[in-house]
Amino acid sequence: MDFEFSDEQRQLGEAVAGFLDKEYSFERLRAIKRSGTGWDPQVWQGLADLGVLGINVPAAQGGLGFGPLETLTLMNACGPALLLEPVLSSAVIATVLLSEYASSAPAALLLGAMGRGERIAVLAHFEPDARFDVGSVAASARADGESYVLDGHKAVVLHAGLADTLLVSARTAGKTGEALGVTLFLVPRQTPGVRLDEYLTVDGQRAADVHLKGVKLPAGNRLGPAGNALPAIEAALDVGLAALCAEAVGIMQALLNATVEYLRTRQQFGQPIGRFQALQHRVADMVMHLEQARSMSYLATLRCDSADAAERRRALSAAKVLIGEAGRFVGQQAVQLHGGMGMTDELKVSHWFKRLTAIDIMFGDSDTHLQRYAALTRGEAA
Amino acid sequence: MRLDFTAEDQSFREQVRSFLKERLPREIRDKVLNGIELARADYVLWQRRLHDRGWGATGWPVQFGGTGWSAVQQYIFEEESAKAGAPRMIPFGIKMVAPVIIAFGSAAQQQKFLPPISSGESWWCQGYSEPGAGSDLASLRTRAVREGDHYIVNGQKTWNTLGQYADWIFCLVRTDPQAKQQSGITFLLIDMKSPGISVRPIELLDGGHEVNEVWFENVRVPVENRVGEENRGWTYAKFLLGHERTNIAGIGGAKRELARLKRIAAEERKDGRPLGEDPLFAARIARIEIDLTALEITNLRVLSAESGSRAPGPEASILKIKGTEIQQAISELMMRAAGAYALPMRREAMEAGWQGPAYAATVMGAYLNQRKLSIFGGTNEIQKNIIAKMMGL
Repeated sequence: MDFEFSDEQRQLGEAVAGFLDKEYSFERLRAIKRSGTGWDPQVWQGLADLGVLGINVPAAQGGLGFGPLETLTLMNACGPALLLEPVLSSAVIATVLLSEYASSAPAALLLGAMGRGERIAVLAHFEPDARFDVGSVAASARADGESYVLDGHKAVVLHAGLADTLLVSARTAGKTGEALGVTLFLVPRQTPGVRLDEYLTVDGQRAADVHLKGVKLPAGNRLGPAGNALPAIEAALDVGLAALCAEAVGIMQALLNATVEYLRTRQQFGQPIGRFQALQHRVADMVMHLEQARSMSYLATLRCDSADAAERRRALSAAKVLIGEAGRFVGQQAVQLHGGMGMTDELKVSHWFKRLTAIDIMFGDSDTHLQRYAALTRGEAA
Repeated sequence: MRLDFTAEDQSFREQVRSFLKERLPREIRDKVLNGIELARADYVLWQRRLHDRGWGATGWPVQFGGTGWSAVQQYIFEEESAKAGAPRMIPFGIKMVAPVIIAFGSAAQQQKFLPPISSGESWWCQGYSEPGAGSDLASLRTRAVREGDHYIVNGQKTWNTLGQYADWIFCLVRTDPQAKQQSGITFLLIDMKSPGISVRPIELLDGGHEVNEVWFENVRVPVENRVGEENRGWTYAKFLLGHERTNIAGIGGAKRELARLKRIAAEERKDGRPLGEDPLFAARIARIEIDLTALEITNLRVLSAESGSRAPGPEASILKIKGTEIQQAISELMMRAAGAYALPMRREAMEAGWQGPAYAATVMGAYLNQRKLSIFGGTNEIQKNIIAKMMGL
């Protein structure tokens, strides 16, 4: 049992935090948000130069070949900066997923380019009726000679508009909800029949609903054998969920620090409002939520690539429940304790709050995962 | 970073388990696992067996008969003991007064008092709280006046846990009424058989007799029973309060009670199905289990940071608050799981012949009794004050 990070892991976190301190001020963040583009390509290239985009790229493709712990230190550092760029969707989830198929030439090529910051790929998987159920895929891929023809609708695909390649899941066999029959395809975004309806999300990131209508792809764009992609997609999303938890912890820490600072300086009734016990106890509650969340983020990180699927699922759902609730609590209280100022766009507090709100919803909110956890542990002796 | 225990700690855990399996009497285990009150003799017998194994005083330094275990090993020992149904260690001797005697007592006091604490021969209780001194402990008023080789003690202590069993009491008394509150206090060790001491039971809301008032009327205490210096008692008291942290969250006990809750939920029926399969009830259990999982890791983080050299932060208060909240939540859900059979008053219903399932007989008492957890040892509100202070507020 050991809760220390290695020197290498610490240095990675410090390097990212140092870079973002310099290059990603709150003013810059607001400017990017106002621009509506959802990202800054220069920052993206800076992250690539730092090696960050290659941490999940296998060494054979020129990456660092690191794992969940390094991803945790990266996401911990990205949280406070509220980085809008597609680190989670491309450099974590899509990269981890493609690494499963690194033996195929197109995937290997793409991975190498992603690590260098030259290309961006994101997973387009969840559908409007799936409500966070990873197994619920209705989109279809019909074999047509040497090609496949894809039809379907993918909902709220993060950073789809920034990506040159979409990793699209579609059924080559079976019915919606069945575990077998889901296949993964590399879909260049410019392929005829691919339509993106893009929008900004509450946290200032960009997302899109992806409509596929008669999208014709060469058979070479199929990743792996037909019908068996679901386990790899789940595994990549599990690593992504742990990364999201780590980001949330970074944000909660930043919100706590900002709130304590505000309570020490804001004067009312002739004294700093931090002298009032009602507010002190709220801060104590925030501290407890944060530390419990940090513990669960460690658990999620250490279990997210476990070979024992039941153990992995249990740990990740438990973490998402606790961190979703903690994030809601810490975010809401931070706004409350900042009073009217907490409601403004001018303070970073409201921006952190909105990102925590998004994080609770992403990949299933706390209720969804509570039910999942209960189903997994029901009838089991403690 | 890794969550798994080292191979060394794992084999230690096995050692503890097999000791518990061999030496923990079945009657005692059954009482603990079913929430039935233990008798004094049960506690003493178990302490004796631990002592005979060399595990009577786990947290003490080796030269005083301690085990020399790491914080992690102590944690493992306490977790396994609780899960197996061993009696909880009565903390007042082993975990409270002994560390003070070791740190501040004379060699003569160490020789006289420590061995019988470890062997279970002497039972200690605590004389801290007074009717007017609860969370604000330093406002205590029990007086001790020096008269030759003795202190003459007059006053009243309250919330004294299991004092009816005790051979000795450690007391905070005021020796300098002129001094500022915290600087006129002295730490005395008092023989409960001393003339002038009377112990009166306080009946609690669960009908149990767990705490007492202790009255002192011209009680003569030899000066040799003073720990450290006169008027420095507050320093020793604070040391005592900050000392014990390995089991403050009560993880092992909470795991045991959670398992019991699940067994009850498996037996109770709702709409012809086990209550544990009811989605709402299953979610309530799951939510507690998730909190407990997080707290266990938080606790392990604190232990592993302690073996390093970090300055103490608000961790102890976090562990106390979350640990007691979880234990209370489990006892509440257990009571609710039992349904209508949580209602009959146990003693009377036992005489009439208990009609409900056996587990239902103890759940209401336990629920009522566990409300104490967020009050004693520094109320949870005081703990929040401490956390806020640590945060710079």
